[in-house]
Amino acid sequence: MKAHTLSILVENKAGVLSRVAGLFSRRGFNIESLAVGVCEEPNMSRITVVAYGDDAQIEQVKKQLNKLIDIVKVSDITYRDHVDRELALIKVGAETGATRAEIMQIASIFRAKIIDVGTRTVVLEVTGDSEKIDALEKLLPQYGIKELVRTGKIAILRGSKTVKSQKPE
Amino acid sequence: MKTGAKILIESLAKEGVDIIFGYPGGSVLPIYDELYDSSIRHILMRHEQAAVHAADGYARASGRVGVCLATSGPGACNLVTGIATAYMDSVPVVAITGQVPTSMLGNDAFQESDITGITLPVTKHNYLVKHAGELAGVVREAFFIAKTGRNGPVLIDIPKDVNTDLIADPAPAPETVSLRGYQPTYRGHTRQIERAIDLLMKAERPIIYAGGGVIASGASGELVELAERLMLPVTATLMGLGCIPCNHPLNLGMLGMHGTEYANYAVTECDLLLAIGVRFDDRVTGKIETFAPHAKVVHIDVDPAEIGKNKPVDVPIVGDAKAVLADMLARIRKRDGPSQWLHKIDVWKENHPLRYREGDGLHPQYVIQQLSDLLNGEGVIVSEVGQNQMWAAQYYCFRHPRQWISSGGLGTMGYGFPAAIGAHFARPGEQVFDIAGDGSIQMNIQELGTVAHYTIPVRIAILNNMYLGMVRQWQELFYDRRYSYTELPAVDFVKIANAYGVEGMRVDSRDEVRPALQAAIDAEGPFVLDFRIEREENVFPMVPAGAAINEMIGGHQQ
Ligand SMILES: Cc1ncc(C[n+]2csc(CCOP(=O)(O)OP(=O)(O)O)c2C)c(N)n1
Repeated sequence: MKAHTLSILVENKAGVLSRVAGLFSRRGFNIESLAVGVCEEPNMSRITVVAYGDDAQIEQVKKQLNKLIDIVKVSDITYRDHVDRELALIKVGAETGATRAEIMQIASIFRAKIIDVGTRTVVLEVTGDSEKIDALEKLLPQYGIKELVRTGKIAILRGSKTVKSQKPE
Repeated sequence: MKTGAKILIESLAKEGVDIIFGYPGGSVLPIYDELYDSSIRHILMRHEQAAVHAADGYARASGRVGVCLATSGPGACNLVTGIATAYMDSVPVVAITGQVPTSMLGNDAFQESDITGITLPVTKHNYLVKHAGELAGVVREAFFIAKTGRNGPVLIDIPKDVNTDLIADPAPAPETVSLRGYQPTYRGHTRQIERAIDLLMKAERPIIYAGGGVIASGASGELVELAERLMLPVTATLMGLGCIPCNHPLNLGMLGMHGTEYANYAVTECDLLLAIGVRFDDRVTGKIETFAPHAKVVHIDVDPAEIGKNKPVDVPIVGDAKAVLADMLARIRKRDGPSQWLHKIDVWKENHPLRYREGDGLHPQYVIQQLSDLLNGEGVIVSEVGQNQMWAAQYYCFRHPRQWISSGGLGTMGYGFPAAIGAHFARPGEQVFDIAGDGSIQMNIQELGTVAHYTIPVRIAILNNMYLGMVRQWQELFYDRRYSYTELPAVDFVKIANAYGVEGMRVDSRDEVRPALQAAIDAEGPFVLDFRIEREENVFPMVPAGAAINEMIGGHQQ
């Protein structure tokens, strides 16, 4: 079992997300993370899914996804050269000036930004791969993590390669 | 100016639809109003489940798309079992449902149900149409999707206001459909085809394992030609029966849980398995690790997701069975068969024929054999689910594809009778029999109303054992004869038939079988035969669930 990253190009049609998500749950896969957004093609969206499975299981999910009419392209980029990022917003307790200073120091090491300062809390914004965000998360509980919001992973191939639709013949 | 409903009906006519099986209700009133003076015929069923099964039976018997229509909410929900049945067996059905007006969507309005959500996992695709202007395009696409690639059901949900809206200049549907996310592969990869031929030529113990995909793609001719050229024995799945005539010397009949012993032995010993339009279902393979354990596997299927799903494949060929087989034939010349192998199979056939213990009682197998004999293996044979289905599959001698119609993947009791109604409209001149059990027939028995109403000459042969027979058989064999809730009290099916205005006859003894069948065959209208069979007759041979397919019980040795 290994985390696989699938990049999925879909038509922007009503219900397409539930078709994709439903297929995963129906076939017994937990979606580890999911990110959806518009992309370079008009009327299309790109979905990045991270799911656990062995290669054969993921291959089957890929084939099943490909059968959905509104899905134009599915690519398992796990073993391909790619970069990926996640974004997290973390609200931590900062009651005193001293803790605030400590938090700001940690933030700067992680190139995280302080995007809100309240009387008793600060909000950190951090982007990076999962490991980096996990590492930052581990340092903060001593101050009290009040709330944590993490996006799903998004990923893109390195170099000139792309995950694109094949043109109909 | 045209209403959405008018555009819908015109679009259906353009797709060549001449019959719709349906049931009306509030949200589809505009569609019914259009049907009132349309050239498309509508058959009023007595339950929406029957409407979708009839559309499915029509599709299987004809190879064309079957169409059904239901109202929103309860009507749409009643379609679900039938849509799932068509989905599992890859049958091209277009189901049209009414929906509450767009302004009320999501409000829990009267008779609202999220039918596109509900049917997501059991349709090939579905649509919720929001504007009348989209209807023509959606209908064109729905038919295209239903009947291309791996066939399957498509649902079109239409809110009431979309049906009543007036459109000034409705855009015609595009002539051809082009969908970026849907481009089925029809021609097999040349290199893989050559590899497959290479393996076939080298094989010493080859066998063809053929399924519903052969029937769906109309590849039976090519299949038989290939089998004859290379002298390959052929075994078929429940869905593939009829792909080769039953009396063909290379035919081994059905394989799997209730397959013939010789088919299962041959698959177990083969060194090359040519799998065509099949999906290695557990009812076929038994314990998958011991299925064709010595074989190289060549798998031809139009659905890439089926290849390698359950069993590793040596040569995958994605493509339409007919196109791929034609490409293979173009490269193959006739040769002498693997005579030792064929001889071995002949000995198995000789020593382990399909058989049942014949006594004084009325045996269901005998009923099927007599029917097969009287109809000379012609006609359309539809079945319910359970023992009746297996006896029909084992003992009817099918000659052609699309002659055998049965719910394989889902195993839906209540499928047969309404599917037989659909089959009749697909092939009006032919004898259509529904082989039923007394349990299954009661799941859609209300359709006696339909066959009486339209004088539809469907014949129902109920193999009445006063049990949910197949379940009772499992209880007998695996639950120490504890017949928990499987006994059914006697029902007088002749009286029920008569009450609907349908002829019927009860049959208690062997001597009465042929005359009774003949009476049904000769009847002008529908006919019900109530065969009071041996109550505890079993379907044999049988592979217990999870066993290897050569470990059969109730076979010849026992
Ligand atoms: C809708 C549905 N419910 C339950 C089952 C489970 N089941 C499979 S066979 C069977 C018994 C069928 O009995 P009957 O129609 O009398 O046929 P027989 O086996 O006696 O020929 C049952 C209950 C099913 N296949 N379909």
